[in-house]
Parts: sequence; structure tokens; C-alpha cells
Amino acid sequence: MNDMTQTNFERALKIVGSRPARPDGVDKVTGRALFGADKSLPNMLVGRVLRSPYAHAKILSIDTSKAEKLKGVKAIITSVDFEDFPSEFVPNGEMVVNMKDITRNVMAREKVLYVGHTVAAIAATDEDIAEQALALIDVKYEVLPHVLEVEDAEKSDAPLLHDDMMTIGVEPAPTSASNVAKRVEFGFGDVEKGFSEADLVVEREFTTQQVHQGYIEPHACLASVSEDGQAELWCTTQGPFVVRNFCSKLLGFNAAQIRVTASEIGGGFGGKTVVYLEPLALALSRKSCRPVKMEMNRAEVFTASGPTSGAKIWVKIGVKNNGQITAGDCILKYQAGAFQGAPVGPGAMCAFAPYDLTNVRAVGYDIVVNRPKVAAYRAPGGPISEYGVESVIDEIALKIGMDPIDLRLKNAAKEGTIAPYGPKLGPIGMIETLEAAKDHPHYSAPLGPNQARGVASGFWFNIGGETSSSITINEDGTVGLTLGTPDIGGSRASMAMMASEELGVPMELIKPIIGDTNSLGFNFLTGGSRATFSTGTTVVESTREAIGELKKRAALLWEVSLDQVEWVDGHARLISGDEPKTMSLAQIAKQAGKTGGPIMANCSMNVTGAGPSLGTHIVDVEVDKETGRVSIIRYTAIQDAGKAIHPAYVEGQLQGGAVQGIGWALNEEYIYNDKGELENTGFLDYRIPVCSDVPMIDTVIVEVPNPNHPYGVRGVGETPIIPPLAAISNAVSRATNKRFDELPLSPPKVLAKLMHG
Amino acid sequence: MDYVAPKTAMEASEALVQDGAFALAGGTDLLVKLKTKFISPNIVVDIKQVPKITSIEESMDGWWIGAATPCAEIVEHESLCQDWPGVVEALSLIGSTQIQGRATLGGNLCNASPAADSVPALIAANGTCVISGQTGEREEPIENIVISPGATVLAKGEFILGFKLPKPPSGSGDAYLRLIPRSEMDIAVVGVGTSVSVDKNKKITSIRISLGAIAPTQVILDGLEDIFIGKEPDEDSINKLVSLAESACRPIKDKRGTIEYRTKIAGVLAKRTLNIAYERATNH
Repeated sequence: MNDMTQTNFERALKIVGSRPARPDGVDKVTGRALFGADKSLPNMLVGRVLRSPYAHAKILSIDTSKAEKLKGVKAIITSVDFEDFPSEFVPNGEMVVNMKDITRNVMAREKVLYVGHTVAAIAATDEDIAEQALALIDVKYEVLPHVLEVEDAEKSDAPLLHDDMMTIGVEPAPTSASNVAKRVEFGFGDVEKGFSEADLVVEREFTTQQVHQGYIEPHACLASVSEDGQAELWCTTQGPFVVRNFCSKLLGFNAAQIRVTASEIGGGFGGKTVVYLEPLALALSRKSCRPVKMEMNRAEVFTASGPTSGAKIWVKIGVKNNGQITAGDCILKYQAGAFQGAPVGPGAMCAFAPYDLTNVRAVGYDIVVNRPKVAAYRAPGGPISEYGVESVIDEIALKIGMDPIDLRLKNAAKEGTIAPYGPKLGPIGMIETLEAAKDHPHYSAPLGPNQARGVASGFWFNIGGETSSSITINEDGTVGLTLGTPDIGGSRASMAMMASEELGVPMELIKPIIGDTNSLGFNFLTGGSRATFSTGTTVVESTREAIGELKKRAALLWEVSLDQVEWVDGHARLISGDEPKTMSLAQIAKQAGKTGGPIMANCSMNVTGAGPSLGTHIVDVEVDKETGRVSIIRYTAIQDAGKAIHPAYVEGQLQGGAVQGIGWALNEEYIYNDKGELENTGFLDYRIPVCSDVPMIDTVIVEVPNPNHPYGVRGVGETPIIPPLAAISNAVSRATNKRFDELPLSPPKVLAKLMHG
Repeated sequence: MDYVAPKTAMEASEALVQDGAFALAGGTDLLVKLKTKFISPNIVVDIKQVPKITSIEESMDGWWIGAATPCAEIVEHESLCQDWPGVVEALSLIGSTQIQGRATLGGNLCNASPAADSVPALIAANGTCVISGQTGEREEPIENIVISPGATVLAKGEFILGFKLPKPPSGSGDAYLRLIPRSEMDIAVVGVGTSVSVDKNKKITSIRISLGAIAPTQVILDGLEDIFIGKEPDEDSINKLVSLAESACRPIKDKRGTIEYRTKIAGVLAKRTLNIAYERATNH
């Protein structure tokens, strides 16, 4: 990919950068689009899950005999239906997974580790029978003490979730088990020396709560396994190939036996990158030889799918009076949930990444607690660590009397900066977003009483990864695109636009679809802000290959050599000759049969060279000092997109990320009682923002092209959830002259701080 | 599960006497309880076809609001909005736009939640309700209906036919405020309804304040007359009101707020609703 010499940064673009309607739009607004729960088959059974009522308990026995005798019950599965795996860590995009843990999370084995942990599953002829059968399963538990918070879990006398878990990454290696799965450290230089050179050192502890992605569509799937072991699976997922691989490993299928088709997706945000119901439905279908459909309800989504970590963090930053940062240090303790794998690695890597530092250290701990196992959530780990750092930056700006954007500009990372996690950064847009923020009318607009303005920046890596897509030129001159990364943010439109730009045919003639796992080579999932970057790269490559083939066919028809044909505006054109000669794509396609057969091309590669995306947000808040209620008055999100293929969808990502960040900052939190039961298992008391909670989010797209993508794309989906947490906390701190260091900034918490300090 | 839609109050009462019978008005609470299997009725009695139960009527004596009148219709009733703006504000806060098309005052009261938005405002307005049963009709002050969370005084076969609000004398105003973390689609952490009347000299002649979500049932503040009658509100009387409201609180600590928070907010909202109601009264 890096040999792709023809870049488009300077070229006049016709389609890329415009705002056409999305190809999937009509089906979405008319309700015709099929989501995870919308598929049905004849003779289908209903699958239901029996879940743990305890936060931590030994499973002594499971007796399913009574449930099996109930008329209408066709299959029951427990952990005996799944093979065990040795502990082995394998990378999965932005997270690391361990099959030993995954099989236990999908179906509890020795112990249940959180309320909602799956203990058994049933397939029955209808919902009522399935519910009755669940009540007939007799599980004997020995209840164990549980632990929910990292500061309790890391104590030496804490209840152990896994009695064989030894902390990785500490010297000397521990000899006894603990709930601390691993320690990570990134950085360079000498932070103590840096602090000694500082005129001002600010250090502070922060707390964030566990939050859920809050996708509106619950997990759902339909599995059908035939008598000869061929499996079909329809599900709502960010990665059908990843689902196939998880399920085939968990259930002993080979990859070719399971064909996974991704439905339309009603939000994922990282939460639909792992499997919950899918292996259960497949196992139940295999056992009953009938299709099995499973859906979570909202309470199951909250208790049994993967939110992101709550955390305790400590940040210390030293500066000179002129704003020069001399050292940055932080310790991050992230909840992993019941199994290790908190996103504390990426959290530590990006904590100080917006800045060009000489002395920097970030230490992270991955700590298991009796909560559901965390899954990815939009820039996993980033919002938490950067919230702490960006809050301290703001406090420093106030203390040294410097504008918070100027302070950031003074220390901004730029091309050539060594990132705290190691590599030398290519071109990035930190300075450009800060300057755009400073120039924006919002930044100098007057404020009303009890109002204040907050600013924060955010850094996210973005990824590439294994990607495969294909293009077909149809006989009537239309074009098919088969993509392997589910469309969770308008990517079908972006892919069709890039193909349209390359081919020179109208976007309306290009039909992009998401293929199933048998239609393409492996695709890593849609995540890590990689789809437009990675799949876009393969689409441009395969389109260029198709153009080469079209030129070849034209050369054949004209009986000239290939070098006499160029491709211009959807036509082959004869370069030399007495009179200008052109042939349209449709004319070539129509004659494909006599020039060598159908025209198609595909591109499969491990895409590298993703460009980090920087963002800076400005927020005005108003604080009701008698009630502690915080209102968001004005919000502007500024971000480097590299290149916005479809600016409206980039703006949508910026707005969506900002709104999720607003929810995280203001009201979202998992609330547990003393038994370890989640008390807010619905959207009434798990408060994601409603429309009237947020103003129209203004956006500014900055474009510092990523040299590793044919159009300069970076990936934009994750960065925008990072700045809101600190931006809002900084604004509330400035409005009240109190430094807030705990999320969410819910009315009771804000008022308590105002009353008691 | 059976469903009936009786055409008269008597038929409705007869249906409601049966074991496992539940009254259905707008259904915005009942259907949720059905779907979550919180209840499993033997029979659902749709009371919306009973005469007068979905009507709004104005007379010399005052207002009649049928118990099953959708909130959306009440909100659009201009002269009722002029007479009881606080009551209408309160009921307009129930649920979302879609819910407003179905939700009713009868349902909001009989669901018997301490956090019901319309109830403190109706109590502050000195409202009563007409209860229909097998032996005929009876009238009760609204504050007498709910006895504990989820429980009412309604006997078997009884249902609320409608609400009566007095015609406010000139120089009257009412207001309702609630504290929710979001801006809508939420449940009151505290809700306060206040109604005042003033004389020509802007001196308070009557005052009534009811608080919701700060005790198992709605609370009416006692002792307001001594503080306010014959006076304009001032800093001293407002401070006394705040203390009175705070000391009336017997809240629980739950996921929606601490005891300290609810107590504090009760005082703040009592003050704010008085300010709004007084302002409306002096301009009425």
C-alpha cells in the first residue's frame, strides 16, 4: 500500500468531499432495514439465558432434568457443552483476548463472577415455555464475598476472582495470586528530574465510573445448524469474521462451516466486537437441529454485555512559568470486569500523547472485579486517562495565568515528536485543531452568569488491519462493491464515493453491500476507526485494478496497445489518433463477454499506516449552584479528519462522540448495591443524554492528510469521545471555582462538592 | 387475560370487582408492568368509554378533568392553562411527547408513585377527585388517595372518574417544578407544587405547597399560613419556607439521590415555585 504513488491530496475532486445521500438511507427511515432481531426462519426456536443472581459464587451443581422434561423444551446447554481452553492471549484489534476467559464469560464454568453471568441456556418452542424452563433449572451456589472497586480489589485480603492469576509485568514476579492482572508502563526521560526543574507541579487523583456504550439495538442473533454441521449465523456485529472465528473456536467448528452474515447495526461503539449470544444460539441449534433466535433485553445488555472500565487515576504534571511542561506522570487503575483485559494499555499510551514531552511516564494496572467483563468502547481507555491529564493541564493554565489553548499549543505534539508510547509521529493535526479552536467565534463569545468555558484535547491512534473487498463491473455499466467491514457510520456511502471518484461514474450507479464471511477474505472488524481508512484503501486499490482491466478491454476493442488508452471521467480514451475516441464504462462492460469475460477485481491486504487523529473541544456550561445541575449551553468539536470523504458523516461522528462524552461526563454510571447487583438496568436511570440535554454540536473539520491513504483519510470515529470529559469538568470547575475530579458530574455530586468542598 | 371496555361506570365497577382486574386508562404504566411481568392480570378493564371520563368541562364551580383525558388534550386547553398553569406544567412533564398522547391524570395518581409529577400540583391546587364504585360516587381530596408507594384507598371495583379543581379567585397563581438530572424523559428526584392567592396589595391571602418524592407519599407543608398570610414574601419568610420544606422531608437514599440532596432540593424548589406562583398571582 505504501507504494501507492498516485495520491489525491492536490487533485480536484468531484465526489470525495461532497455530501450525497447514503445508499442505505431509505431502508433505514422506512423501517425496511433488517437489524439483528429482524430475521426469522421456519421452525425457529426461542433461546433464553439463565443468569447468575450472585456477584461471586461457586457453582456446586446444575440440575436441568426438570426443565428438560417440560414439553416444548428442545435443548439445554451449560458449560459441559463447551470445551475448555488453556490460558493464551491473542490480540484482537485494540484489545487482547484469552480463549480461556472467553469461554468462561460466554458460559460460567467453576464460578459465576458477576450478576448476570450466563449459567445455562434453553431453546424452546415459544417464549413462555422457555421462561418456565429457566425457572425449572436448579443451580446450587456457594456464595462468595465479592469486590467491585479497584481500590478494594487490589488489597491483599480482597476476595480473589481467579485463584491462579499472577500479576504480569512486575519484578520480581509475584508468588501469590491477586486481582491485579498486569502492570504496564510507557514513557521515557526522567520524570523526577523534570519535576525538580518545574516552577509549578500539580498532582491530583480522579475517579471515573463504569459506563456502557448505550447502543439502542440490543444484542440479537439467529443461528441455524444443519444435521451435517453446516452453520448459518445472522447477527448484529461490528465484525462477522471475528464472530466466525470466536464461535468456531468455542464450538469446535472449522471456519468454513460457519457462515456469518452481519445485519444492519443499531449502534455498536466497540460493544459489538465480542460474542455473547452467538455461541449459545449455535450450540442450541446444533443440539436441537432447529434454528434458534436469541435476543437480549435491555437489562441483560446492561448486566451481561461489556461496558467500559471505571477507574482511579493519578496525574502529576510539572511546568515552567512560561507554560513549558517539564514532566508528566500518571498511574491508571482500570476495572477489567470479571476477566482481565481492561483497556489500560491504550489508556496509558495515549494519556500524554497530544504533547511533545521530554520526561513522561504512564503506568497502568488491569484489575479484575465482580462486574461484567469490559468490552471496547470508542477509543477504549483513552477518555479516562486523557480526562485526568487534560484536567490537570487546565488547572495549570489557571494557576500560571495562561490561556488553556496557548498552554496546549506551547507543548503540542507535531510531526517528528516522539510519542510517549514510542514511535516518531508523522504529520498530525494537534496544532491545527488548537489554532482552529482559538480562531472559532465560540472561543471568544461572551458568557452569561453562572457560565464558564472549558477546553480539552484528545489523541487517538486509529488502526489498519486485515481487510478484503471486491468490485464487480456489471454488464450494464453499474458497479457492485462487496465490503467486509459492517457499516456503522456511513461507510457504504464513503466506499461508493471513493470508487465513484476513481471510476468517474456516478455514485448512484455503485451498489455497496456488506458481504458475508464466505464472500471475501478475512476482514478484521469495524473498530479502531479503521473502516474508511482500511476498507477505503482496498476499495481504491481494487477500483484502480478494475480500471486497468477496463482499459485493457478498450485496447482490445480498438486493436491498440494498452499504453494508448487512458481512463478519464468514466471513459476509456484513445491517447493518440486522428480523431478523439472514447468508450464509456457501460460500453466496455456490455462487450465484456467477447473481450475476456466478466470484469471484477479484489484487494486483500494488511493495511498499515493509520494516522492518529487529534481533536479539541470547546464547551460552555451553566451551573445551577443551588441544585448542582449542569447544562451544556454551547459545544464545538474540532478534529483533524485527514480527509473527510463524506463531511456530513464525519460531522456526525464528531457530534455523536461529543454527545456520548457529555453523557459520560454528566450522568452515566453503573450503580451497584451492596450485594453487587446493578440497580440501574434501564435507560430511565442509566442516563444517556436525550436530545434536549444537548445543544446542536458545532463542528470544524481540519484536514491534515494522512500520507498513507490515497485520499489522506485518518479515521475519525473514536477521538471525539475523548475531549468532552475533561472539557466539561474544566468548564464546571471554572464556573464554580472548585476543582472537580470525579465523574459523573451529576447534580447530587456537584451540589455536594459545592456545599462541602 | 381478558379485555373489556364497559360503556357505563357501573359496568366498569362490576368488571373491576373481579379477581385480578386492572383498570386501563392510557396504559403508559400498566402496559410496561405487563410487559415486564410485574403484574399478570386476569382481566384488563378499559375505562375510557365511561361517560365524562375523557372530558374537560368548565363551570361556575370550577373545572372537571376526566380521569382518562390524555395529557396532550389538557395541555392544549387554553382557559384551563390560564387558570391552573402550574397543574398543566406538571402534567405536561409526564413522559415524552408520545406518552403525553396517552398518559392521564387518573393513571398518574393511581400508579401511586411518590414521584408522580401531576399529584403535588393537583394537591396544591386544592383538587378533589370523584371516585366511582358499585355503590355510586364519592369525592375525596387528592391527598387522601395514595397511602403508600403503589397503594391507594380505592376499594375493589372503584376507579377515579375525574378531577375537580376550583375556579381560582383573581390574584391567584400556581407553579410546579421538579428536579431531574436530564432535561426531560426522567423521574422527579423532587417535585414541588405551589399555589398562592394575593389581595389587591399583593399580600398573600392563601398558600398551599405540596412536595413529591421526598417521602413515601406526597407531603403538604404545614405552618405556611403563619409565615405568609397578610404579607409579601421576603427574605425572612422565604428562609423559613426553605427550612420548613427541608424539615418536611423523609426521603430515602436511592440511585436517584441522597437524603441530603433531596432535602436540599426540596427547599430550593419550594422557594422557586413560590416565586413563580407569586409572580403569576400578582399578574393575574
